[in-house]
Amino acid sequence: MNPQDRKYFVVGFVVLAALLYTARLFYVQVVEDKYKLSASNQAFLYQTDYPPRGAIFDRNGKLLVFNQVAYDLMVVPRDMEGCDTTGLCAILNITKDEMLKRLARLSGSEEDASRDYRSHIFESQMLPELNARLQERMYKFNGFYVQSRTVRKYTYPIAAHLLGYVGEVNDAECASNPYYKSGDYIGKSGIEKGYEEYLRGKKGFQIKMRDVHNNIKGSYQNGKYDSAAVEGKDLVSTLDADLQLYGEQLMQNKIGGLCAIEPSTGEILALVTSPTYDPNLFVGRDFGKNYVMLVKDSVGRPLFNRALMSSYPPGSTFKLMNALIGLQEGVLTPATLYPCAHGYPPLGGKPKCHPHGSPTNLYGSIATSCNSYYSYVFKSILDNRKYKSQEDGYKAWRQFVLSFGVGMAIGTDLPYEKKGNVPTPEYYDKVFGKGRWKSITLTGAGLGIGQAELGVTPVQMCNIICTIANRGYYHVPHCIKTIEGDSSFVQRWTKRHYTMVTNPDAYEAVIEGMAQVMTNGTGRAVQIPGIEMCGKTGTAQNPHGDDHSVFVLFAPRVNPKIAIAVLVENAGYGSAYAAPIASLMVEQYLNGKVLRKDMEQRMLESDLIHKTAGTQKKDSH
Amino acid sequence: MREKSERLFYNVDWLLVGIFLALIVMGWFNIYSAVYDEQKSDIFNWTRLESKQMIFAVTSVILAFSILVIDASFFTATAFYLYAGVMLLNLIVAFAGAEIKGSRSWFKFGGFSLQPAEFAKWATALALAKFMSGLAKPNMKQAMGVAIGIIALPVMIIILLQRETGVALVFAAMVVVLYREGLVAGWILLVGLISVLAMVVGIKYHEAIGILVLIFAAIAAVRILILRKKTFKQILFSALAVLYLGGLMFVSSKVIEKMPEHQTGRIKVWLGLDVDRATEDRFGYNTKQSLIAIGSGGLAGKGYLDGTQTKFRFVPEQETDFIFCTVGEEWGFYGSAFVVLLYSMLIVRIILRSERQRSDFTRIYGYAVASIFLFHLMVNVGMTIGILPVIGIPLPFFSYGGSSLISFTVLLFIFVKLDSQRLLILR
Repeated sequence: MNPQDRKYFVVGFVVLAALLYTARLFYVQVVEDKYKLSASNQAFLYQTDYPPRGAIFDRNGKLLVFNQVAYDLMVVPRDMEGCDTTGLCAILNITKDEMLKRLARLSGSEEDASRDYRSHIFESQMLPELNARLQERMYKFNGFYVQSRTVRKYTYPIAAHLLGYVGEVNDAECASNPYYKSGDYIGKSGIEKGYEEYLRGKKGFQIKMRDVHNNIKGSYQNGKYDSAAVEGKDLVSTLDADLQLYGEQLMQNKIGGLCAIEPSTGEILALVTSPTYDPNLFVGRDFGKNYVMLVKDSVGRPLFNRALMSSYPPGSTFKLMNALIGLQEGVLTPATLYPCAHGYPPLGGKPKCHPHGSPTNLYGSIATSCNSYYSYVFKSILDNRKYKSQEDGYKAWRQFVLSFGVGMAIGTDLPYEKKGNVPTPEYYDKVFGKGRWKSITLTGAGLGIGQAELGVTPVQMCNIICTIANRGYYHVPHCIKTIEGDSSFVQRWTKRHYTMVTNPDAYEAVIEGMAQVMTNGTGRAVQIPGIEMCGKTGTAQNPHGDDHSVFVLFAPRVNPKIAIAVLVENAGYGSAYAAPIASLMVEQYLNGKVLRKDMEQRMLESDLIHKTAGTQKKDSH
Repeated sequence: MREKSERLFYNVDWLLVGIFLALIVMGWFNIYSAVYDEQKSDIFNWTRLESKQMIFAVTSVILAFSILVIDASFFTATAFYLYAGVMLLNLIVAFAGAEIKGSRSWFKFGGFSLQPAEFAKWATALALAKFMSGLAKPNMKQAMGVAIGIIALPVMIIILLQRETGVALVFAAMVVVLYREGLVAGWILLVGLISVLAMVVGIKYHEAIGILVLIFAAIAAVRILILRKKTFKQILFSALAVLYLGGLMFVSSKVIEKMPEHQTGRIKVWLGLDVDRATEDRFGYNTKQSLIAIGSGGLAGKGYLDGTQTKFRFVPEQETDFIFCTVGEEWGFYGSAFVVLLYSMLIVRIILRSERQRSDFTRIYGYAVASIFLFHLMVNVGMTIGILPVIGIPLPFFSYGGSSLISFTVLLFIFVKLDSQRLLILR
């Protein structure tokens, strides 16, 4: 070949090389995406500013929940070279193995090498004291730095269930709401959950640029994509901190629930579940340990919010309901007399009753809590001629009950509210067979006296008393009064929910009976001198052991300020524990101090959890 | 009235000058961006790289036009003296130079430093052109060995003494010149290429060399079988070929383990062989970061001064050997392809102009210039986009550094000057 012609090969080679390089550039720059991802992981720091969560105050302006600073120890695995890991293990009190295990989890892998460049939480929610010890030696811990965050702090160790707690979001919460990213905090229960959107505020986002040494080099595009954090809103709760604290003290060493509501507004003054726990246990790095400890208590089950979620047979307190329905339906007047023969005569003395004068009228029946009387009343409601059948009578009765907010979620602002239970006719069809049950069947089962399958939560129980105190309506029970910067919020609870019992005389008659409970009936021992009170005892049979002690109460009779329902599990007569506790609560709330120190002392010291043998009580009173 | 040929800049190839100016201007703006720092930007601060590079660029342009003023016969006449002088400097620096990053190739004078190895590029090109153009045609084949032996090899050895492997390799590109001049046959280049491929395959698939040799042998056997004339010569040739390739693969797979650690590391990472994490981080980091920077540029780039990977120094040596990353990141595929296009135009233009010369000297020099630029372009850009292993040589007119910028300018403009006097027959 002529050497001159070799230029074509040379030029051809140059062109070929140029084309090959251009093709490779096209692949790297246009086709392949992984480099773009790596670049943004390396050079951008996606910073999230966590706003402080809103504080929660009680109804008198006492601070209940606020924030404290906690520290997350962050690590960038790539920068760890030369780190004094032994020293770090010693301060964190972890083993070298544990440290290596955590690092292996956080470090980059074949699939995602960029994890090496990013920050990860190595140890979360360290308290200031631990942080201080770390800071002294921070210069030795290459690759580690500390980021401050806010965690909850509680002024008083009270109302754990009501306030709820805050924790890291789980996968399901992340998936259902794009606002949350892994590592964020979210309200898990109680007010923290119910008012999460107000309390959390709004996260701020910043895209910062950083260099190879992790130094921040300013905002990306001068902050075009950044947004400022918005602080969470402060909430004013309806809770009375003093009353709540007192309630928890009275209920200590007993299992049960207590609910106190201001009838004219529906504001929850106290909501006590016992046993309870110190809400501070759920703050900081010991959360997991403490949680497990509380879960392990299978007897007390301190995590279970009994006041809101436990459905109890209401027992004799439900007689008030049947009286109201009977009066409304016209099958009962205050003067109606029914006999009692240590029980309900038509069924040969079942349900049984305790000794008292017979026959009694309506007032006497409430004051003495006569089982026979309310079996008659219940049966007469179902036998009402205006309904085609007894089954229709039962359906009508059930609708009355539902209108009091029982057997359904009332719609409080607390999550996980339970419905309770008012059996449907279909349920009885299933139990007894279609057309095989009559009014007498259900009377015998105890529906007239608040037994059988009836289930009512303490909150619902208290709501019934509010309705009676209001003579016919209730406001939905709630625990937040006002929200900072949201003036329309108060409107949310002003609606009056009228029940199907609309006759005011019915309420006055029942209230008179409740007043007699306190003056000469089952509750006379807990009457507070100088206050006209209306109450009702209950001794609820249950399949789990001794009867539950129940008491409902509102006061004063005119212009009621407080309605309360107390249930103490397996504590026997309603007058034994529930009544004194309810009465002491009312005294504390209305008078601001308690004078009946003996009664108070007895309640504070009684221990029903650790008792060896239960009292043997059977009949309901 | 003066003769046309005596007019200043008569017959100068303005396209080459234009490409040169375009590259040098783009190069400076690119340096400015690579070292850009919002807090400290100040081009009149003479300790800053972009300011120094500005001085180098202006000096280069002045130098370029000065060369155009000098008569071309100056270079033909002094080629050997220039070569000798530059070689002496290189020899001195190899023993007396300042040690920087493991190599001894720099003279330091206060704030500035000088790398004589860069000058060796144009000096060698000149000497080669002088020597080869002076040979009588019949003797050329025999003289080839002498040409390489006397001129190119000593340069490579001296520069290897300075431990600048990358720069030394540049002179291997002179094989293109020899090929054009008919001193190296095409089949030798082909064998060379196949040999390099065999070595790469041998390193990459070192576990399967036995199987590969068997496959080659099978192919050779089939070839012999279908041959009409089965001469002993043919059989011997096939056997030797299989033996040669197999031997090369085997030897290279063993030699790779004996090479200096950084070379072994770079090659293994480049070939995607299994290496431990530390090796990968140490020798793969540059390429990885370089790919991330270029790859993140996308189609149209992030915009001038808005590159994050280069600005925030994720890419090591980004203003020198890895300067192409800044182009790729900030100007995207459009920008990087344009730069490749511009260089290709430069190289092809030089080749085509060289072919039009009456003077052997100019043609040989031209080919030397073209092959030096081609080598730099392919090796430098190739390593930034992961086609080739990391070899530390600059991208002409783009990489930071006075010695290289001035050397490339001199290299190119001697050719421009020679070319402008193509109507005269120079020695």
